Amino acid sequence: MISDSKHTVLDIEKIRAEFPILHQEVNKRPLAYFDNAASSQKPQVVIDAISNYYSTINSNIHRGVHHLSQLATDAYEQSREKIRKHLNAEKKHEIIFTKGTTDSINLVANGFRQLLQEGDEIIVSAMEHHSNIVPWQLAAKEKGAIIRVIPMNDNAELIFEEYQKLLNEKTKIVAFNHISNALGTINPVKEMIAEAHKYNVPVMVDGAQAIPHTLVDVQDLDADFYCFSSHKVYGPTGIGILYGKEEWLEKLPPYQGGGEMIKEVSFEGTTYAELPHKFEAGTPHIEGGIVLGTAIDYINTIGVENIAAHEHALMEYALEKLGTIEGFNLIGSAKNKAAVISFLIDGIHPYDAGTILDKLGIAVRTGHHCAQPTMSRFNIPGTVRASFAVYNTYEEIDRLHEGLLKVKQMFA
Amino acid sequence: MAESIQDIQEEIVDEFGMFDDWMPKYDYLIELGKELPLIDEQYKTEDRLIKGCQSRVWLHAELNDGKVVFTADSDAIITKGIISLLVRVLSNQEPEAIVNADMAFIDEIDLKEHLSPTRANGLVSMIKQMKYYALAFQAKKEQ
Ligand SMILES: Cc1ncc(COP(=O)(O)O)c(C=O)c1O
Repeated sequence: MISDSKHTVLDIEKIRAEFPILHQEVNKRPLAYFDNAASSQKPQVVIDAISNYYSTINSNIHRGVHHLSQLATDAYEQSREKIRKHLNAEKKHEIIFTKGTTDSINLVANGFRQLLQEGDEIIVSAMEHHSNIVPWQLAAKEKGAIIRVIPMNDNAELIFEEYQKLLNEKTKIVAFNHISNALGTINPVKEMIAEAHKYNVPVMVDGAQAIPHTLVDVQDLDADFYCFSSHKVYGPTGIGILYGKEEWLEKLPPYQGGGEMIKEVSFEGTTYAELPHKFEAGTPHIEGGIVLGTAIDYINTIGVENIAAHEHALMEYALEKLGTIEGFNLIGSAKNKAAVISFLIDGIHPYDAGTILDKLGIAVRTGHHCAQPTMSRFNIPGTVRASFAVYNTYEEIDRLHEGLLKVKQMFA
Repeated sequence: MAESIQDIQEEIVDEFGMFDDWMPKYDYLIELGKELPLIDEQYKTEDRLIKGCQSRVWLHAELNDGKVVFTADSDAIITKGIISLLVRVLSNQEPEAIVNADMAFIDEIDLKEHLSPTRANGLVSMIKQMKYYALAFQAKKEQ
């Protein structure tokens, strides 16, 4: 077995010790958790921060004059600042708290729906999560706009020349993911954005799978919108981020009405609050917003590049090891690929493989990964997916390998 | 006189009582899955397809001599193994007995995880669908 220390500077055992949930047995075997692309586990600092919030400063924000409200508001706004810094956004009010990636995309798609006209075009890619397809379809359908799809090649890479051909004066927005959840492909975001900007077309990047594994600089990418979910980056569920350039956020109409997002309300009309509050109606997920900041601190303490290096080494090891299994088919072999291995084994249904692996204490994802068009592209109903996080080990990959041999033996 | 739904369930519970570990149990399920008489190809149509997120199930029902005969198939073998048990319990029974059947045996042989909605393998919908068919045949009979 290759030892972790050869590949990274991280002490993985020490990191694992910070994740209480990992130290349990599933079906009498130690848990090996490989469903990180769906949701990652939480370190003790994140768990503690949640209970600290409720034990010390809980109260509603942005509205009270009292002490606790001030503390909670400060903590919430400090977290917004941390996230601004992490994404290198220019302005703090360009960071909007949302419920997550899906909510962020819906916010933007809903705004564009109101700007769209019949015959306008929206470009998405062939490797999107349903969350980055359906909101655009809803918007397009209502306004008679058209969805255009960037195709991919057999290695699961978007075909740049085809993308160039799709862009034109009718294009109103381009939306695609930074890293594909079903295939692991890392898309050339910066180049794709630059291409759209030649036509003055804004770009929305779904960064759900990127933020846990890459350092993102929204100004360097020149992204118009960028979003992610906290729960995939070691933070709590129910909270996420939409980054939007100020000029675009100003242009978009509000998403939901309610408290917090208004300046003045009368029955004759209402004026909206300034950014970011215009898009943050109602009492938000206060503790979630604060603790997402804790999670961001956590990955920065370890170093996002260190995390990525460890995961990359794990992926290479896994590809080598699993590649020796007869009938192993990797789905998604892009040159530029992040810590996701989606695969099929000849003659074995993903559900069958996943069920037996679960019996062996190994958690993988099976099915279409909310990316049915991606599966159709490869003519398959679904895959088995193992996705890695900072706490995964080489030993766990050895167990996955053994587990798959067992699966083969049982279904032979 | 054919066996009752209750008797068949008890038989299955007895059979599964032999397994003291998950592995022989799943080996047996896989075997059942492989042996399941295939649904006639002509019935593997879109309208007989129950779409689960994880696996797909086809179900066909006919009334034969006052009894409902089910045939079914799936693309996943473990799902097929469980289908084979469901068919064994509910096929060749009177519509009324099927409508009223309590499928407690699934719990007793500890396979209920496959019938949880999170699995989305089509099995929960399959049981529902079997009962709908029975109900429809029952209504027809009473006319
Ligand atoms: C690429 C991608 N986009 C969007 C989503 C949706 O994220 P959420 O369910 O957190 O809104 C996911 C999560 O599965 C994802 O992987």
